[in-house]
Amino acid sequence: MADHKRIDEVTGTSTSGHEWDGIEELDTPMPRWWLWSLYATIVWGIAYVILYPAWPMVHGATEGVLGWTSRGQLEAEMRADAQRRAPVVNAIAATQIADLPAKPELMQAAVQGGAAAFRVHCIQCHGAGGAGVQNLYPSLTDDDWLWGGDLATIEYTITHGIRNPDHEATRTSLMPAFGRDGILDAGQIADVVSRVRVISGQEKESASSVRGAAVFEANCAVCHGASGEGGRDFGAPKLTDAIWLYGGDRASITATVNQPRNGVMPRWNSRLDPVTIKMLAAYVYSLGGGEKAPAPNPAAAAEGQGADGQP
Amino acid sequence: MASPDDLTGEPLSLYAARKGVYPKKVDGPFRRFKWAIMAVTLAIYYGTPWIRWDRGPHAPDQAVLVDLANRRFYMFQIEIWPHEFYYVAGLLIMAGVGLFLVTSAVGRAWCGYACPQTVWTDLFQHVDRLIDGDRNAQIRLANGPWTAEKIAKRTVKYAIYLTVAFWTGGAWIMYFADAPTLTRDFWSGEAAPVAYVTVAVLTATTFILGGFLREQVCIYMCPWPRIQTAMMDEKSLLVTYKDWRGEPRGSVKKAEKNPDAFGDCIDCNQCVAVCPTGIDIREGPQIGCITCALCIDACDSVMAQVGRPRGLIDYCTLDDAATEKAGGTAPPIRKTLFRPRTLIYFGLWGAIGLAMLFTLGQRTRLDLAVQHGRSPLYVQLSDGAIRNNYTLKLRNMELRPRTVEISVSGLPGARLWIDGGSRETARQSLHMPLAADSVTSARLFVVAPGAGPKRQDFTIAVRALDEDPRGDSETIQFDRPGGQS
Repeated sequence: MADHKRIDEVTGTSTSGHEWDGIEELDTPMPRWWLWSLYATIVWGIAYVILYPAWPMVHGATEGVLGWTSRGQLEAEMRADAQRRAPVVNAIAATQIADLPAKPELMQAAVQGGAAAFRVHCIQCHGAGGAGVQNLYPSLTDDDWLWGGDLATIEYTITHGIRNPDHEATRTSLMPAFGRDGILDAGQIADVVSRVRVISGQEKESASSVRGAAVFEANCAVCHGASGEGGRDFGAPKLTDAIWLYGGDRASITATVNQPRNGVMPRWNSRLDPVTIKMLAAYVYSLGGGEKAPAPNPAAAAEGQGADGQP
Repeated sequence: MASPDDLTGEPLSLYAARKGVYPKKVDGPFRRFKWAIMAVTLAIYYGTPWIRWDRGPHAPDQAVLVDLANRRFYMFQIEIWPHEFYYVAGLLIMAGVGLFLVTSAVGRAWCGYACPQTVWTDLFQHVDRLIDGDRNAQIRLANGPWTAEKIAKRTVKYAIYLTVAFWTGGAWIMYFADAPTLTRDFWSGEAAPVAYVTVAVLTATTFILGGFLREQVCIYMCPWPRIQTAMMDEKSLLVTYKDWRGEPRGSVKKAEKNPDAFGDCIDCNQCVAVCPTGIDIREGPQIGCITCALCIDACDSVMAQVGRPRGLIDYCTLDDAATEKAGGTAPPIRKTLFRPRTLIYFGLWGAIGLAMLFTLGQRTRLDLAVQHGRSPLYVQLSDGAIRNNYTLKLRNMELRPRTVEISVSGLPGARLWIDGGSRETARQSLHMPLAADSVTSARLFVVAPGAGPKRQDFTIAVRALDEDPRGDSETIQFDRPGGQS
């Protein structure tokens, strides 16, 4: 082929020596700018391989003299961001949770931080916005609290969880399985269900409910209160209101009395730092059902206050 | 000229080198008018950001300010928020219709007098005359060798170009921040990087466009001459060489020998010499003519010298040209200016302006936007009542703090509170302080009895509790259990 190379008269450049049916190809030299760009990219490539991780090996890659890693960059960015947030985080850490509402800016920051943490750790059960899931997980937006709805109480609940078997300080209680374990017979259960539906305003007084009142007195009142007002020390829900986590119709209440759920929540002090928990509590508190802290004397509060916890 | 397909000869070049334009100094009414317009436009451009305007403690005191960081646009008494950008759109439409009006009435007057490219080119051409001398000296210098004098003159000239260009860029950024503060920050190196970048870019564009590209911008780059050509008609004023009067051309001497053989044009070329775009107006209307009318000044002064009537080159419409050519007299200029087309444009332009002024006067400076909280749509409360959550966005666009009242109607038994309140403190309406010139976001909790339709429309209203009691309201749904859809 090389023999066919010749100088083309019209352009003055050499042909490449290839010829197809009389059509020849000019061997026009590369434009100067193109060549320099190519050399520049080669230099760039060599420099890149030396400076940055580039060459794959069996266990990883060459490290590059700059020591850059994407992981390291992420860590640096996270550190920088933590540093940016540090003043607010430290201020929240140094503030007793009950004092947060008195500092609106801090409270707002806590609520926003809590909203972010909530989206990561809590919505799997409690739903976006804390709406809860009927029959499974309680709503955090309403004014009905199993264990109490003031800031410090919410913080305690999140910190220690509910019914954690391995944790001393966890919130715990156990409603007996009255039906399954044969503590009450079917008739008694039907009566007590009638009674519960009467005190919650869903049914009229009947013979069954009158009988049930005695059953209630003997078996339920110790936790749920004499008139069904609930007991927050035991996470015993108020039975006189319109909110029924596991359903308020006859069949649902019967099922609960037969075999209660005794719901659980992990304790978060093993996974989250205290500031995050504090922010989560502030967020849950802000969802609409937050309660004022009970009166300073806990003993008086436990005795004197109604189930609503309203001071 | 060779055909593009003819490959035998010299290859065709698609590149044409710029022919230098060295406009000669000229004086006359149009030149003085141009001086006046240049002075006014440059004074507006450089001076406006420095005008102060007291708006009280809650807003900047710069009369004209595009505050991008805080998303506000201030123009004297008027403050525009981003959502009111339609006023800017209205101004742009007015500018468009205004250009239609001007073009249909007086042709390319914008190009000839007010366009920044024209004004700055004019300015730079004066710099040329100041340093290099008038037309002939400029041509000599341009064609001459690089002597020490030429190098010195070029250095000084480009330095002045750069200074003008720098001030041009420097004035631009003053519209976007408090001018005195920005000036101080700029020189102490504390201004935002974007300020330096903007000044650098505008310095470069002014230096290149005004110093070197000049008429090429008008002839090759700008779309406006093409659009204008489409908008002009036979009643638009053009700078016209009255060939029926001027042709055939001949020198004064020739005309003295043979008075009947020659027209008024003495072929002195002064109209070409003074043209800032380097065209010959005697070739007829053309895209290069920006109708700056300097050739009229030049021709008039020559006609005065040779004792012939002025106006051999003059503003003239195509219709008038035809009339005059046929020996008639052109109608007075007001008949050209006031015709249906220009009157319609003017009416349209004025109507948009009046409509904007009217709505500006009627604007409510308190605005409410409501979003229904969706997770959850409603909350069952223990006493059987239902709570819905809403996010309120309250815009207080007045430059003073205000207290507003938020109330609901159309939802019997409704009680409301916002963040920090509780159901115990809930009322039928509530008061809320709003900071001056700001958007306040608040979460509104509305409780209503549980009995009712599962989706009910009701109205949330806000009104100010000060001298301007106007407000805003929005109709939105209240949801109850039973129909989560």
